[in-house]
Amino acid sequence: MNVLEVVNLRKYFPIRKGLLRRIAGQVRAVDGVSFHIKKGETLALVGESGCGKTTVSRCILRALPPSEGEIRFAVDGKVVDLAKLPKRALRPYRRHIQMVFQDPFSSLNPRMVIADIIGEPLLINGMRSGEERRKRVKELLDMVQLPAAYMNRFPHAFSGGQRQRVGIARALALHPSLIVADEPVSALDVSVQAQILNLLLDLQDRLGLTYLFVAHDLSVVKHVSDRVAVMYVGRMVEIAGTADIFARPRHPYTEALLSAVPKPDPRLKSERIILERDVADPANPPPGCHFHPRCRYAVERCKVDTPALQEVEPNRWVSCHRAHELMLRGVQ
Amino acid sequence: MIARLFGRTSRADSASAEERFAVASQLQLTWWRFRRHKLALASGVIVILFYLVAAFADFLAVNDPQDTDSRRSFAPPQVISLFDDDGSFRPYVTVIRARRDPRTFRMVFDQSSKVYLTMFTPGYNYTLFGLFETNIHLLGLKDPQPGDGLYLLGTDRLGRDLWSRMMVATRVSLTIGLAGVIISLFLGILLGGISAIYGGVVDMAIQRTIEIIRSMPTIPLWMGLAAALPSDWSVMQIYFAITVIIALLAWTDLARVVRGKFLSLREEDFVTAAELAGAGQLRIIFRHMLPSFLSHIIAATSLALPAMIISETSLSFLGLGLRPPAISWGILLQDAQNIEALALAPWLLMAAVPVIVIILAFNFLGDGLRDAADPYG
Repeated sequence: MNVLEVVNLRKYFPIRKGLLRRIAGQVRAVDGVSFHIKKGETLALVGESGCGKTTVSRCILRALPPSEGEIRFAVDGKVVDLAKLPKRALRPYRRHIQMVFQDPFSSLNPRMVIADIIGEPLLINGMRSGEERRKRVKELLDMVQLPAAYMNRFPHAFSGGQRQRVGIARALALHPSLIVADEPVSALDVSVQAQILNLLLDLQDRLGLTYLFVAHDLSVVKHVSDRVAVMYVGRMVEIAGTADIFARPRHPYTEALLSAVPKPDPRLKSERIILERDVADPANPPPGCHFHPRCRYAVERCKVDTPALQEVEPNRWVSCHRAHELMLRGVQ
Repeated sequence: MIARLFGRTSRADSASAEERFAVASQLQLTWWRFRRHKLALASGVIVILFYLVAAFADFLAVNDPQDTDSRRSFAPPQVISLFDDDGSFRPYVTVIRARRDPRTFRMVFDQSSKVYLTMFTPGYNYTLFGLFETNIHLLGLKDPQPGDGLYLLGTDRLGRDLWSRMMVATRVSLTIGLAGVIISLFLGILLGGISAIYGGVVDMAIQRTIEIIRSMPTIPLWMGLAAALPSDWSVMQIYFAITVIIALLAWTDLARVVRGKFLSLREEDFVTAAELAGAGQLRIIFRHMLPSFLSHIIAATSLALPAMIISETSLSFLGLGLRPPAISWGILLQDAQNIEALALAPWLLMAAVPVIVIILAFNFLGDGLRDAADPYG
């Protein structure tokens, strides 16, 4: 069963110029992205910075209004399209999708104690009794393995990892079914990263959560995700199971990304694929396949014809004209 | 960090200190940090003292500040001697007797008899805080003869006591600043907030208005506005009008600070988190955004106050602001404008001292507050 189905999602940001603020152009941050997430799985959304992965996650949370497309979300046995709902009608569904933020320092209000931060979603959603709230906050702190005695502390007294645990507890407060984690460990020390990732996996098992995991660190992705979706300049280039995509990528961009994964063996010679030129400008993308100016397998067709995302094998979608002929290198 | 905040801590209570730090609120952290800034702390004390003077101006005054007497015009300051001839602690002043030199027609002051000082003595009538009618003053002469007077800082051309006038001027000048800041704070938060929340055309209109106001040279503008005040207005009416004029030009800074803070806080993750939890607009503004920039507003206010005080002083000095019989620092300095007064009575320049002291104090205080306002930065 799909918890979330995103169909042809687009988000354009207008570029305004001049005194009258006329629209002079558009940044196509997300340009026709489709994917789905099954219940209980983790889909990793990867790509370099500026590729639109954060915009996709913000649109799903409706922190940003999408320009076009559908966001079908399965809740209480029915399916609603979050993209079309006005803000007010959205409210009852908000609690089912929660977010874990990248920066554990700016995501907690420094003027509130932990009990209030975690309890706020409860209070807003109708848990008026303070006693009841404290009980639930205690439960949540226990879930993320923080001592309940920390309840009255302010965020400044916590380390980055502990703050991220608080952020996770807040996200869990309303029993959400989908959690959007926007690079939840990239701001943490490597030693703490593993703890937080394992906590997330553990919670997924216990609570049956579904994750959309936005990341750029492929070693992290390999550890946590069931499937991987790769984005490049606002478009999806490849979606496949984690093991498949790491073993044999089908898109040249994915291959280049995977070649950048550090291998823990000093004797191995680095075989990194260095991409020439800069990443395309989403306000003025190249015609055809967005990746063709940097692609070492590009042919004439790639410059004019935009490849569609097609299923090349069961459960493997690639948008590349040469997906069938190329034999690309993965990692072991 | 913790040890720095608490100063010396022994090993035994470092654990409890850590606990205290962990549950310390924003206000406490700010205070702990502010406390370490000694200059700001001293400035804070000075500012408080000045406002105490403003509150008890009449009590601290010795003579009626409006009481004129041509026989003692330009009387020099008297020096308080703390110890009597026999060495006992008995403060006294040598009172002056004025007579006109028959040849030069100038006033000559003979320092003659010793008069002892007492405290809490009856003097002229006034109402404390506008409520209690009383005539008790901090200092006074013990059994004065007719013609004796206590002039700690001398007198001006009309023989009015400079010390008493400075006390009353402090009240006027400081409250004008305070009232002006309150008005501009209100305007600044309101318009800055509207500008940030609504954006678009509204934001555009407000920001361009601010730019136009800021691009006008202030002195000619004040002159124009002050000249527009009807000349038959009472002292009180002029006082309020001047306050409003100063405030109308000063709100722009605060409006920009507020707008900037709103815009930057709106992008903060914790605001997004509250939004995702389903919090309404009002809750987000009052529970999350306002507390976060309140400290900045307080700091901005303490930096805006001296500008207000300077504005009033310079306006009055130029004769555009308050007019006699009102008393303010600017009006006192007006008396020190001409070379004759300076040559004959240099003590009239004393009125500049409180202006300089309070401006410096406010600036140091504002700096300290601004630094302490963000304990996480």
